Amino acid sequence: MQAFDYVAARTVDEAVSLLAAKGAQARVLAGGTDLIVQLREGRRNLELVVDVKKIPDVNVLTYDPQNGLQLGAAVPCHRIYGDATIARAYPGLMDAFQLVGGTQIQGRASVGGNLCNSSPAADTTPTLIAHRATCVIASPTGRREVPVEQFCTGPGRNVLGNGEFLVALRFPAPPKNFGAHYLRFIPRNEMDIAVVGVGSSVVLGDDGATVSAARIALGAVAPTPLLVEEAAAALIGKPISDATIAQAASAAQAAARPISDMRGTIEQRRHLTGVLTRRTLQGAMARARGETLSHA
Amino acid sequence: MPKIHVQTRINGEDIDFLCESRQSLLEVLRDDLGLTGTKEGCSNGNCGACSVLLDGVLVDSCLVLAVETAGREVATIEGLATPSQLHPLQQKFLEHAALQCGICTPGFIMAAKALLAQNPKPTEHEVRYWLAGNLCRCTGYDKIVRAVLDAAAVMEKA
Amino acid sequence: MAEATAEYKVIGTRPIRPDGADKVTGRAVYGGDMRLTGMLHGKVLRSPHAHARIKSINTAKAEALPGVKTVITVKDFPVAEDRMANLGEMAVNVKLLSNNVMAADKVLYKGHAVAAVAATNAHIAEEALGLIEVEYEVLPPVLDVLDAMKDEAPLLHETMTTTELGQKTDKRSNIANHMRFLLGDPAQGFREADVVIEREFDTATVHQGYIEPHNATALWNEDGHLYIWTSTQGAFVVQRQAAEILGLPVSQVSVTPCEIGGGFGGKISVYLEPVAAVLSRKAGRPVKIIMSRIEEFEATGPTPASHIKVKMGAKKDGRLVAAEASLMYEAGAFPGSPVGAGCMCIFSPYAIPNMQVDGYDVVVNKPKTAAYRAPGATNAAFASETVVDELAEKLGMDPLEIRRLNGAKEGDRRVDGPTFPRIGYLETVHAALEHEHYATPLTGPHRGRGVASGFWFNVGFQSTVVINVNADGTVSLVEGSTDIGGTRASIAMQAAETLGIPYEDVRPTVVGTDGIGFTDVTGGSRTTFATGYAAHEAALDVLRQMQERLARRWDGEMEKEFEGQAERATVRITPDDVTYANGVFKCAKDAGKSMTFKEVTAQMARMGGPITGRATSQPRGVGGAFATHIVDVEVDPDTGKVTILRYTAVQDAGRAIHPSYVEGQIQGGVVQGIGWALNEEFVYNDNGNMVNSSFLDYRMPTTLDLPMIETILVEVPNPGHPYGVRGVGEVPIVPPVAALANAIYRATGKRMTQSPMSPGYVLSKLME
Repeated sequence: MQAFDYVAARTVDEAVSLLAAKGAQARVLAGGTDLIVQLREGRRNLELVVDVKKIPDVNVLTYDPQNGLQLGAAVPCHRIYGDATIARAYPGLMDAFQLVGGTQIQGRASVGGNLCNSSPAADTTPTLIAHRATCVIASPTGRREVPVEQFCTGPGRNVLGNGEFLVALRFPAPPKNFGAHYLRFIPRNEMDIAVVGVGSSVVLGDDGATVSAARIALGAVAPTPLLVEEAAAALIGKPISDATIAQAASAAQAAARPISDMRGTIEQRRHLTGVLTRRTLQGAMARARGETLSHA
Repeated sequence: MPKIHVQTRINGEDIDFLCESRQSLLEVLRDDLGLTGTKEGCSNGNCGACSVLLDGVLVDSCLVLAVETAGREVATIEGLATPSQLHPLQQKFLEHAALQCGICTPGFIMAAKALLAQNPKPTEHEVRYWLAGNLCRCTGYDKIVRAVLDAAAVMEKA
Repeated sequence: MAEATAEYKVIGTRPIRPDGADKVTGRAVYGGDMRLTGMLHGKVLRSPHAHARIKSINTAKAEALPGVKTVITVKDFPVAEDRMANLGEMAVNVKLLSNNVMAADKVLYKGHAVAAVAATNAHIAEEALGLIEVEYEVLPPVLDVLDAMKDEAPLLHETMTTTELGQKTDKRSNIANHMRFLLGDPAQGFREADVVIEREFDTATVHQGYIEPHNATALWNEDGHLYIWTSTQGAFVVQRQAAEILGLPVSQVSVTPCEIGGGFGGKISVYLEPVAAVLSRKAGRPVKIIMSRIEEFEATGPTPASHIKVKMGAKKDGRLVAAEASLMYEAGAFPGSPVGAGCMCIFSPYAIPNMQVDGYDVVVNKPKTAAYRAPGATNAAFASETVVDELAEKLGMDPLEIRRLNGAKEGDRRVDGPTFPRIGYLETVHAALEHEHYATPLTGPHRGRGVASGFWFNVGFQSTVVINVNADGTVSLVEGSTDIGGTRASIAMQAAETLGIPYEDVRPTVVGTDGIGFTDVTGGSRTTFATGYAAHEAALDVLRQMQERLARRWDGEMEKEFEGQAERATVRITPDDVTYANGVFKCAKDAGKSMTFKEVTAQMARMGGPITGRATSQPRGVGGAFATHIVDVEVDPDTGKVTILRYTAVQDAGRAIHPSYVEGQIQGGVVQGIGWALNEEFVYNDNGNMVNSSFLDYRMPTTLDLPMIETILVEVPNPGHPYGVRGVGEVPIVPPVAALANAIYRATGKRMTQSPMSPGYVLSKLME
């Protein structure tokens, strides 16, 4: 590994000025489960690593039913699903947060870090999109916010500019009759990068059937995670049914732009997009109706 | 680049060391502190052989920079047995023949320790789920899972 | 020889292994844990190209980096001789072995070593690698066995010619060897068959996947003596190979085997030891090298990818009358794939009167293959056991019934010539047929049950054991078999049984080449068998010496008692008059004379001095091993993913010395087979670079991918071993790929002809 300087920043401003001074030669360290691997394999060459874990803002984990969830960008996954109240309020997020690597990875890896690594196959991004998360970014000019579906701009690339880093993610409180579900396809049962990932959410009317809002987000089938408006359109305003779910799945398949690589072929990925859209919508629907899904 | 002085606690003892910022906790444990019980299998977080507890949380030490341990508590396999007795997990691994070559064993035992601290009566599925980040190539896992379940039963009674 | 029904005091029990506490506390010293004063860290520079000529290497910048103590290339090695030497499980060409350790004029696979560095720490060594300048002339790579066999394929070795059916030819080719085994008249057999099935199969390269990377620590001492510490399956193999490559007499090389974190055949041939040695010689300090996981995948010895054709014919009543197979195995960059072993095993579970098996050993631009648990047999069984399954289906027979009808027995002949001694194949089939798993119907959609059998011949080879007797009645047993899976225990148990003393009174230690006589590798399913045999014989040697001493003492007493009397002539005590049972020596000619084992040891000094028993073994009565497996699966029709619901492995274990470790060998081999079947493969791009060289994308099974693995030990004792031992370690990996293929077929209606049967492949078959 190349030698680099290490600084544990104490405040947001300190981190911002350190990052701004070094530009592309510096990077934030939260859980390290992506960054340390990249440094070791020579995929990143940095002069400076800025450890943000001592900054209070990135460790925030608060939830209340009115204001929703404030998730500091460096909070490790195990802390999130280990919080019974938050886990109960956002089962669709927990689906993904419990999948990021194995137990050891979840002891360190953060949702913010997963998002900032900006892999097209990241497990958290589709469900963040399905939950309408907002990214809170610290920059040399103050704070700015970006809807999570706009955060990633390409494989390994995102909207963070010079001196900027992700401080937190904000999630609205789940509205009444909201349900969400994330599934990914992997060849084993754990530890793999998603071949395809889908995060879906629906809001049902009080009749428990008519869809008033929906979000379907795809992972690993395009250079960035995709929010598929057409898939949602196939559901909104109608009672949810196998037929409308099938239409949404077709729309998702049409929107997917997968490649063939060592983890999957175009045909396989397109097919799985349909399968997982269908399955996550069924799961979201069940949760919207107050049911719990059995553990895989 | 001058080395960084790190003060930490390992297996209940105050320890300090000098390290480069690029050295992982795994490297420092093994190469500088002589604590070779924690093993290296892959160095990218995919095999769990380097598992330790950091402030009680199960992590891969190959993915922790040694400098990050300042002011924190590290628990490794060396801290498990007492001078007169093996930990129930260690004992059950032996009774069940849950190790063949033994290279993955320290990682599994630390991972199982973390599991039982959080969930003293896990089901077989919960054990398998928790330990999915630890690879074993010799045993096929059957006897490992049995050893963990048996240790849980013994520790529950105690 | 022991009776099958004899009762034992120690054998068959499940004591704690002697090295147990060391291993569960992390105290045991594996090769990577080695630390010596002044030790440097070495790293190897490896070719980025799959096939290229080395035009120049410039190490000046690397040597100038602060912290770097020395840099070496092939120039620092003796010129390798082109000759064969017996250096391990197989005969080896010294030049090719040496070239694999450090490339000479060509690199033949991505990852092939071209230079090495020793520095004060591993990070500096790594930085130094980046400063070594190598100029390559890149050549087109050959990456597939069928492509490599074509006449127009680029040649890896310009002077290599094909050995055709035992004769060296002039034909320059990537086919190093074409062998053929023939029994009876297959053409006639197929004419007589009522049903014939012919299929082709492809298997991908897989790796042993041991969790501990290769390592070597070397000290080339100022007096010219070379010390090596390494995680190896055979210290003597390392000693001989290193001596050959480095041009040293064997007596100048001392190898200490450290504890080893898995081998499965992949830690026999040397990779790092000679490199560490040369670095140490030039730097004047000890040097330790540890491979990274990427190096493990790119630069060690995986098992061959293969293309296999199988044709089998049967009569209406299910009798197999003819079988043919063509096994084309990728040897990697240098010849020597286990295709011969594959040929020997492929039809061995069956008594077939007419068989022809052709084997092709073919070089390609991939790492040189090495042994992986029953090397060559798993590929072959995938093909043959799938065809047997298809035959059974066509004939309307239960797949275990067709095996019962045709199963090999004592006296049947293998295609490679030998007739079987007492074997236990049919017993495994019967046990499977009668098992509750097989009797339980498998219900539910997308589910299927598959069965398959397998054979591995096991080996005997050479071992030495010394038993030193302690005055308190305990003994120290010295052996040279690295303990990868509990063999300290199984060997000590045999010695304890023979000596008639408790297991706890035998203290086994594994030592290196300076401490024990020649001992072959821990591999080939030979250790409990052959080293155990030597332990038994060494124990008999101890008892014999005790008998001799007691005979002398008691005869001396008789001399005094009968002094001057005529009866003296009739009461001479010879060693034959001293019996031993249940820990007590008795005099056959005088019931009043007896001594316990402990009493004898307490008086050793007064009865002639220390007692050391010793034995070497090279047992001929090796028992082959058979296995029959049953697996239930569920296939997700939307994704092609296979879930294993239940797995039962039946195996003839001869006699299970320590049943827990026999079960462990079976479970471990089964799970490796499952990984091989469902997900493991080396993925290469067109340039010959492996793209999935990490445990992330080389997908071995985790705890969550498996159920418990049930093992059924059928014990048909091997008459060739005093306790009936048959090697057990390898055959478990032979049936699983085929068993899963057959189960997936029953679940989906699609025959699998490719491994791994990963979800993408299964899905593509479902969508056909």
